[in-house]
Amino acid sequence: MILVDENTRVVVQGITGGQGSYHARASLEYGTKVVAGATPGKGGTLFDDKIPVFNRVEDAVKETGANASLIFVPAAFAADAILESADAGIPIIVCITEGLPALDELVVNRHLAEKGACLIGPNCPGITSPPGRCRLGIMPGYIHKPGNVGVVSRSGTLTYEAVNQLTELGIGQSTVVGIGGDPLPGSTFVDILKLFQADPDTNAVILIGEIGGTNEQAAAEYIKSKMTKPVVGFIAGATAPPGRRMGHAGAIVTGSASRADEKKKALAAAGVAVVESPAEIGITMQRALKAKGLI
Amino acid sequence: MKIHEYQAKGLFTDYGIPVPRGGVARTPAEARKIATQLGGKVVVKSQIHAGGRGLAGGIKITSSPEEVEKFAEGLLGRRLVTHQTSPEGAPVDAVLVEEAAEAKQELYLSVLLDTSKGMPLMMASEAGGMEIEEIAEKAPEKIHRAYIDPVVGLQPFQARSLVYAMNLGPEYVRPAQQVMTGLYKLFMEKDFSLAEINPLTITTDGRLLALDAKINIDDSGLFRHKDITEMRDISQEEPLETQAADADVTYIKLDGSVGCLVNGAGLAMATMDVVKSAGAEPANFLDIGGGASEERVTTAFSILASDPNVKVAFVNLFGGITKCDDVARGIINAAKKLELKIPIVVRMRGTNFEEGLRLLSESGLNILPEPDLTAAAAKAAERA
Repeated sequence: MILVDENTRVVVQGITGGQGSYHARASLEYGTKVVAGATPGKGGTLFDDKIPVFNRVEDAVKETGANASLIFVPAAFAADAILESADAGIPIIVCITEGLPALDELVVNRHLAEKGACLIGPNCPGITSPPGRCRLGIMPGYIHKPGNVGVVSRSGTLTYEAVNQLTELGIGQSTVVGIGGDPLPGSTFVDILKLFQADPDTNAVILIGEIGGTNEQAAAEYIKSKMTKPVVGFIAGATAPPGRRMGHAGAIVTGSASRADEKKKALAAAGVAVVESPAEIGITMQRALKAKGLI
Repeated sequence: MKIHEYQAKGLFTDYGIPVPRGGVARTPAEARKIATQLGGKVVVKSQIHAGGRGLAGGIKITSSPEEVEKFAEGLLGRRLVTHQTSPEGAPVDAVLVEEAAEAKQELYLSVLLDTSKGMPLMMASEAGGMEIEEIAEKAPEKIHRAYIDPVVGLQPFQARSLVYAMNLGPEYVRPAQQVMTGLYKLFMEKDFSLAEINPLTITTDGRLLALDAKINIDDSGLFRHKDITEMRDISQEEPLETQAADADVTYIKLDGSVGCLVNGAGLAMATMDVVKSAGAEPANFLDIGGGASEERVTTAFSILASDPNVKVAFVNLFGGITKCDDVARGIINAAKKLELKIPIVVRMRGTNFEEGLRLLSESGLNILPEPDLTAAAAKAAERA
């Protein structure tokens, strides 16, 4: 298990909103220790008659021992919410919110690096640990099964596809991490791969990437030099029209590296079993585990 | 969101970046008036949200106000087709009339976000005038970079260093520094993802002038820039994409015949890939996002089906929080309401997918349910 486990105590920022309350309940149902909510102005109230809501994350930490935060606040206030959590000493911060300005992410990442806090997201489905019964995010809990495969992904629904395939094949997961689709994620593939490599409960890893940036190439380099566990990879977007989201000058920095074929090539060269269709992720992992005698 | 060149140049002026004298005209008479006021040679530039205007005949250097009026008359109210526009072209509702500056040298300058380093990057080159891609290919040693720490901002030594790297004379240090500082400040303060001046011209009388302006805006930052939001020109946008965005659906039109409808951006991209490997071409990227309500499904179908190239719809859904049987009901109602003629291949997995597929197969409509992704893509490709 990485990042979260059965001792993770969650404060939900934005617990009184529609998404926040829905997912706080779903996480509780999954077995997660949701211990507090934080909504400025709603301090002193109880969520669902049992979970204390605080005005400040700092108070939630002091009163309930919260050690992870889950953020649902609107994009305009999300950077502030992340920084508040980090300032309160929370080491694991998951930001579900989509639509943060890139320049906010830039500043947040700089600040968190100094604080030593780990941010997952923004614009991500969060983290699920089936063995730890911890759901720090919005993933459908029921598709998971405790086991020894780690999943790290830039996409939400593709993650669910992969997890669902694994579970249907009887292969469980150690931890599933959605790092999100933004250009400047708080945690990168390499950050998460390092944790999986060091985790005794993880035997193999699924990596789901997509076009844009060079995060996958960095992952390939790490896998090649440091990783001993088998990795199955999929890259979405081979048919995506070029230049729709990225300015021409942006493409110069990375050259053709942001394209799907280049990413697949880099991963394959690093020994990753790269699949061409998302339908093949599960069976390819099954094969990889069998080959290593792990199932 | 994109803005016009004249709007970008207005922002340049606000941030101390010199641009040629001139003005924007919406009628030929206005264009003539501006040309008369400027005197001498003027350049007339059609204002559309696409590059390649010069080659397409949308830019002209003229020598008399009469010629300006005539050229503007030929452009205004028409559509200009360039290699970057759709085959129908983009409407020209305004032209920019500017002094035609005599260039001694053309430079390139831009600021963008380098996502691999997580830092703003300023790029400068003495080989301006051609596209940065071309410089990178032909003379990569002529591209100079400065990474900027957002906490301290662009430092004078960095600007100086770029000026020296471009082999410009010492007299250009101060004006170039002013342009660079202004461009960086503009980029940061307005949430741009790219601010590019190409060419940044050194005129024969020794001035630095931003002859062109290319701006990409981070849409996520728009909520805090009312001034920029007001610059939006909907007539330049693909109407279907605008309609989709208003309904919180992400739609990008492509050239194929399989209309895709998917929940989640990654899965939507993967679906296009699967369509392609099945031997067909996707007609679009379409992400209906989370929640897949009947209303959103209906909007998505109406957008997808208004593309005349679409011969078959391919729905690919993973029900996590969203329940597949709910979405199936939404698909059935949407198909009835819109009286869709095209066949709809539906692949769904996740929460209640069996029930969803059962509802679809019993609907009596031209809907083909299929739980297996590869098989579903093949069915869609057969009908493409």
